[in-house]
Amino acid sequence: MTTTDVATNRRVPDRLDKPLTSALLSWEMLLVLVAVAIFVTNSLASPYFLNAWSLSDLTFNFVEKGLIALAMALLIISGEIDLSVAAIIALASTMMGMALQAGADTPVLVLIGLGVGLACGAFNGALVTRLGLPSIVVTIGTMSLFRGIAYIILGDQAYRGYPSSFAFFGQGYVWWVISLEIVLFAVMAVIFWFLLHRTSFGRTVFVIGNNPVAAAFSGVRVERVKFILFCLTGLMAGVASILLTSRLGSTRPSIAFGYELEVVTMVVLGGVAILGGSGSIIGVVLAALIMGLVTFGLGLLNVPGIVMSIFTGSLLIVVIALPILWRRFREARGG
Amino acid sequence: MHTTALQETSTFEAANSAPVLSLNGISKSFPGVRALNDVALSLYPGQVTALIGENGAGKSTLVKIMTGIYQPDAGEIVIGDDAVSLPTAHAAFGHGITAIHQETVLFDELSVAENIFLGHAPRNRFGLIDWKQMRANAREVLDTMGAGHIDAEARLRDLGIANKHLVAVARAMSIDARIVIMDEPTASLSAKEIEELFQLIEFLKSDGKAILFISHKFEEIYRIADRYTVFRDGEMVGEGRLAGTSQSEIVKLMVGRAVDHIFPKRTPDIGEPVLRIDGLSHPTEFDAISFELRRGEILGFYGLVGAGRSEVMQAIAGLTRTSAGTMRLEDAPLEPKSAADAIRSGIVYVPEERGRQGVVIGLPIFQNVSLPSLSRTSKSGILRLAEEFALARQYTERLDLRAASLSQDVGTLSGGNQQKVVIAKWLATRPRVIILDEPTKGIDIGSKAAVHGFMAELVAEGLSVIMVSSELPEIIGMSDRIAVMREGRMVEIFDNKDLHPETLVRAAAGIAA
Repeated sequence: MTTTDVATNRRVPDRLDKPLTSALLSWEMLLVLVAVAIFVTNSLASPYFLNAWSLSDLTFNFVEKGLIALAMALLIISGEIDLSVAAIIALASTMMGMALQAGADTPVLVLIGLGVGLACGAFNGALVTRLGLPSIVVTIGTMSLFRGIAYIILGDQAYRGYPSSFAFFGQGYVWWVISLEIVLFAVMAVIFWFLLHRTSFGRTVFVIGNNPVAAAFSGVRVERVKFILFCLTGLMAGVASILLTSRLGSTRPSIAFGYELEVVTMVVLGGVAILGGSGSIIGVVLAALIMGLVTFGLGLLNVPGIVMSIFTGSLLIVVIALPILWRRFREARGG
Repeated sequence: MHTTALQETSTFEAANSAPVLSLNGISKSFPGVRALNDVALSLYPGQVTALIGENGAGKSTLVKIMTGIYQPDAGEIVIGDDAVSLPTAHAAFGHGITAIHQETVLFDELSVAENIFLGHAPRNRFGLIDWKQMRANAREVLDTMGAGHIDAEARLRDLGIANKHLVAVARAMSIDARIVIMDEPTASLSAKEIEELFQLIEFLKSDGKAILFISHKFEEIYRIADRYTVFRDGEMVGEGRLAGTSQSEIVKLMVGRAVDHIFPKRTPDIGEPVLRIDGLSHPTEFDAISFELRRGEILGFYGLVGAGRSEVMQAIAGLTRTSAGTMRLEDAPLEPKSAADAIRSGIVYVPEERGRQGVVIGLPIFQNVSLPSLSRTSKSGILRLAEEFALARQYTERLDLRAASLSQDVGTLSGGNQQKVVIAKWLATRPRVIILDEPTKGIDIGSKAAVHGFMAELVAEGLSVIMVSSELPEIIGMSDRIAVMREGRMVEIFDNKDLHPETLVRAAAGIAA
């Protein structure tokens, strides 16, 4: 740690002017460069890529996961994590399917999707904050629990026959190639950006992630904030469940399998510290876009799904390791 | 006093054996703090030397130097006839130095025998640990110590603290340690266990070990020690034989100091009671605490570490629950269920552990300052940065914060400036009562003076201050009245008029006047 006290009686300025280089060297700027590079590579590699409809299709690759990543970013910044989000999608989708069988209409289905997501999030949050259990353990448990319920209800069956009004959420277009999904993602990104970076609630999320003890001493209601974040994450998983079920037009218990790792990868790739305390929504949005570009590009090149899974896994390790190695490198150099 | 003690030493030394270990001219500094300045210490075989001093006198630093955890900036360590260096804990161990701490550093999940022989276990001819031999050796060591009741195969975590101490001693015996350091070993023991520990110390003495015994409790020191060495503010101020030296002579050595710090002069304007605490109790930490805090007053809280002062303050600040008692702020009952409640009623607690409980490292200065006042600097939950900067500027300027900018990470500041940020953050909530827990612990002289000057300004403006401090000059230099606590109870509240430091030390240590 370096001491940079300045021994003058001059007024301490609010901010120092940041040199242009430090803005250019930010993680977000790096992500923009990576996104552009992948975009160019994709255009060169496949003649079908540079086309309005292709680019529109591309967005379906990341929007559902990206929506959850927005909430997950806040949760990870606060020092917690939710690995049950994909299982929440499965359970919410299954419940919507059951309601469909019972004759429910689109508004009811949507309410059920949101309600199940919120309830699952609240369940996780209560276990973590009331019982003081580590979230990684709790949500690995509820991951099996939620998906297990879906399997018990559905077995190897599937729910089909969602009404066409319901199909609009995952398949509809607002204007020309602009899908409802991408519009929803853009709106939610702005809302989460505002919540995290412009409200006192967002400030307390950062404070808790950096020092939960000092936060409590300062009058922050740490447990309540964390509970709200788990609820938000569950709710966004509910939203994702509606979109995904609508887009696929059916529910199987294996729906959204493995999504939780892709969501966490997006968040960490977006520059959120895996141990909490720092991160930005802009970074997460860029990371979601990059993940979408890569998987879509690989799809265009007919790369099999298992390779994509290898890619996601490797990416997760690299983005978690990079900041840690970078810090060690700087410390070793006495920086 | 000083010289007589030293003379006594020299005659004593001539008549006795040479020291096993001598520290000569040891100095050690940390950024902003001189922990040890040219100190000396000698330990003799078969004798217990008590190391005495206030909190912060440098005892722990010295122990860490002797056990290879810190390296001295200057001075030599002589063991037998050879000057040695102790670059690592392992090296100190190799020279036969072993320490038994307040919380003994042993391994809960290992067996008693493994704890005793960790690192020097007997080996069989294949170079593997000879478990049978190890258990037999462990039993033998425990038996010679009169601790045969401890099962060598038991898990350590199943043992009580007293038996854990015995295992630590057995470990010292097994490496044939020549020097045993006991750093407040009795802190968490019952009277009976303390007696057992003393028998053990007698046994170690008879075995020719040199023992350094650190304790705040005079009765224990007089019961077990042969010699004493007194530290004050990182300097050795006296040593000698305990026999023939009175408690008051030692207390004088501990507290009598040159005035090196001027406290702000003020004319207290003390008003009516603001905070009334009556019979406040906690299941384990404190019992039946009653006092009044008046407007414009600085009430000092003195006591040994572990006397329960911080715990009382945390209860008043809504951070811990109480089991009995009432609190009133002005004329309203005060029942804070959280820190947020207490802050809202106008009571703030500036915690002792700055790094863990005070600052949020990783966030900029202005966000640290505005944290407990966010509801004021934001509007309908939306941050207003201009307000935050204005608030941060207002309070950090009053404390003369030295920083490059208010957007600087608070973790890049020195300890003293971090403390200014912490105090600024609490003042920004505009409290009526501010509780400062060890406000100048580990900060440089300049920042200390700034904090003290600022406290004087606050009470002049009609605030009421409670200051918990273990530093005598600070508590006497700043307080209007001084409450002394011991073992979770209130001993007495003194008016700070012609109050002698020794009176406080006696009250805190439980020595009859």
